[in-house]
Amino acid sequence: MYALERIGVAYELSDDANTIRSAERIIFPGVGEASTAMRSLRENGLDKLIPTLKQPFLGTCVGMQLLCKSSEENNTDCLGVFDVPVLKFPQIKGFKVPQTGWNDIYSYGCELTEGLAEHSYVYYNHGYYAPLCDYTVAKTEYMLEYSAMLQKDNFFAAQFHSEISGDVGQKIFENFLKIQ
Amino acid sequence: MLTKRIIPCLDIKDGRTVKGTNFVNLRDAGDPVELGAEYALQGADELVFLDITATVEERKTLIDLVRRVAHTINIPFCVGGGIGSVSDVSKLLNAGADKVSINSSAVRNPGLINELALEFGSQCIVVAIDTRYITLENGFQEHIVHTHGGRKPTELKTIEWAKEVEDRGAGEILLTSMDTDGTKAGFALELTAQISDNANIPIIASGGAGTMEHFYDVFTTGKADAGLAASIFHFKEIGIPELKYYLKGKGISMRI
Repeated sequence: MYALERIGVAYELSDDANTIRSAERIIFPGVGEASTAMRSLRENGLDKLIPTLKQPFLGTCVGMQLLCKSSEENNTDCLGVFDVPVLKFPQIKGFKVPQTGWNDIYSYGCELTEGLAEHSYVYYNHGYYAPLCDYTVAKTEYMLEYSAMLQKDNFFAAQFHSEISGDVGQKIFENFLKIQ
Repeated sequence: MLTKRIIPCLDIKDGRTVKGTNFVNLRDAGDPVELGAEYALQGADELVFLDITATVEERKTLIDLVRRVAHTINIPFCVGGGIGSVSDVSKLLNAGADKVSINSSAVRNPGLINELALEFGSQCIVVAIDTRYITLENGFQEHIVHTHGGRKPTELKTIEWAKEVEDRGAGEILLTSMDTDGTKAGFALELTAQISDNANIPIIASGGAGTMEHFYDVFTTGKADAGLAASIFHFKEIGIPELKYYLKGKGISMRI
């Protein structure tokens, strides 16, 4: 929200199907836990609606994970826009989980990263990850290489918190707002 | 690669930034939002705003301040000082804070950490630990948790308390050594390393930064995930860009 206000874009916070269906574009941020978030989407019927949407759609952090097929976080069935499971980070000595802090993204392949320098830094805070797959449009590495961003048609997703990722995050929002 | 974080800390009184040495000679140092924005521009990885007042009137000022920071600054920021309840945290997060830091209230009521982690998620709950190495009544020396700005000793052993706050759901630990704080002689490396080795959550080291080398030491020997300092940044003794270039040159992963 504040990220949108910083770049002067009007927005409405909504869980109403009609409002969402008629929006010009949609941002689906997420914090919290996957199964609780999925339950509240089901209560509002949004689990059925979201995969059918045609306007530009951006899911961030848990929002990205919910767009995947499933999450190992409390064995949750998710929305299935991206046919890839979300996995728990392994336990490796020297790597704290959740990953907290700034890490780089690279191997770009979508409109959202246009104009960004390769290996730009973004802010992460997560304990689960989407592996590399056909939809990967930016990679990152922590213990292993995985998807920093995904895209399929009008659906975009970012594992990091673009809203607090400095000028890089702001550029990603601006690019998203340009997509027709 | 995940980078180590450099975090300036801004002390806030009546909605203004104050500068001082060891809490004396406090003087007005301007608008916290402007100063925070300036640090963000220089490459700070995160900001901590520490409210050093706590009356009801002043809390309202703090909420307004947090809202203005969130409107202006596009890096993560944490707010601490006088936070004692779910409703306090809720107000700060709704106003746009990314994280909150709790200290004395967690010592008084450790269950608060569980409550906050459950309600808001561990990622936004930082537990600040002020520690001092003291001689106990039995003659042994021990790192002991202190409250009230480091003046009041508790019964808690620092290393055990650090483990407990993690088990209760804290997402990060802000460890301030009262022994090194204000000395500019370097961070408490041994204790920081010991706590970081035992923890699976990030440790933000604080207290004692005086030179760029001290940050190198705390990221290597001290095994810290982030280094926090106040006066050396406020008094422009070390610039954030030069510090980050120095550390990167020495092989520390930095966001530049």
